[in-house]
Amino acid sequence: MAAIAFRLDGRSGVPTYRQLTRQVHRALRLGVLERGDQLPTAREVVEALAINPNTVLRAYRDLEQQGLVQSRPGQGTFVVDVPPGPSLGDRQALRRGLERWVRDARRAGLDDEGIDTLVDVTLRDLASEEEIA
Amino acid sequence: MTAAIESTGLGRRYGRQWALRDCTLRIPAGRIAGLVGPNGAGKTTLLHLAIGLLEPSAGSIEVFGISPRRNSKEVLAKVGFVAQDHPLYRGFRVDETLELGRRLNTTWDDDVARSRLARLGIPMSKRCGDLSGGQRAQVALCLALAKRPQLLMLDEPVSSLDPLARREFLQELMTAVADTGCTVLLSSHVLADVERVCDHLVILSNGSVQVASGIEELVSGHRLLVGPRRTGGDAVAGAEVVQATHGERESTLIVRTSGRILDPAWEQHEIGLEDLVLAYLRNTGAGTMPEPELAGAGEPR
Repeated sequence: MAAIAFRLDGRSGVPTYRQLTRQVHRALRLGVLERGDQLPTAREVVEALAINPNTVLRAYRDLEQQGLVQSRPGQGTFVVDVPPGPSLGDRQALRRGLERWVRDARRAGLDDEGIDTLVDVTLRDLASEEEIA
Repeated sequence: MTAAIESTGLGRRYGRQWALRDCTLRIPAGRIAGLVGPNGAGKTTLLHLAIGLLEPSAGSIEVFGISPRRNSKEVLAKVGFVAQDHPLYRGFRVDETLELGRRLNTTWDDDVARSRLARLGIPMSKRCGDLSGGQRAQVALCLALAKRPQLLMLDEPVSSLDPLARREFLQELMTAVADTGCTVLLSSHVLADVERVCDHLVILSNGSVQVASGIEELVSGHRLLVGPRRTGGDAVAGAEVVQATHGERESTLIVRTSGRILDPAWEQHEIGLEDLVLAYLRNTGAGTMPEPELAGAGEPR
């Protein structure tokens, strides 16, 4: 059995191939997938989710281009690298900072939805700043 | 790249009424194409023209470069068709139905058909009339696949099925595509299914092609814009408005654009396929979309 099983959120509006790549990214970050692990074969994914085989191949091609997996003809697709990200220590520090910020936001009267909106707007503004720069 | 289906100025008239008009489209081989549109939009007519059941009243259609009317034998050998409501001889048993298929077709893979039905637990000795709707649909699909078609066309294959049977049907269909690489054209009202399985889309309305495009290019070529309502129309620089809805102060637009919208007043969102299709179906004047260049994007295997 493959290390992970894909799932789909039909209502998310996120294209299917990107849902698949995101799940792999997430599994890699969380350590659920490690170097050497095999991803489900395209046929297994197609059979389980009733999706277009091209979509699975597209997702795997993207992951391969990102250098995370490698397809070995006749064998399958294997994890060869883990995406670069903050170190465990950095991540814990970031998380503590975020917790502090969320508490501040709650005290200031923001509910979860308000926090979501603020995060969205901030990410977007920073993204457009970076684009202009 | 070979086209599985290519039509130019294709039209079909019943009496004075045009069921399909000036239909120019190209479905590349290897795609899974969805055909959507309201009832009476011309979906079945297009499918029937593609298998040669109907003669065009105008223009032409070719399947793998061959005319389905002039060279019907050649085309039929390459094409599998599952008609609406999966018609089968109700008095025939499943094995008799397979025997009929074997004798009527020049190519026939009996092993594929039998192993597929065995895996689905459909008994050979049952009469087709006694099968459930889902099982009948699977038998019809099985017959079409046993021909080993290069192009499989299905008219509303899941509309009469319950959600579980629908999913099982699509699983079988997609697995078959994974195994054979055949091109698929299926009409459906179930947009969620289209989004799930298709990589190419044709929207028909009032007998005309409104959209014919790869789904990825289609989705990435549209944005949902939210911003303050403006006086003086819905024009957005660099974009064509497909749909506009207004509150007193805020407007929501669905626009078609080739680049980014630079006006910072608009909050930009990606738009899902279902919302996009609905916007086009609602706004039938949103113009025929020219077939975009498909080179490099989502190539078939």
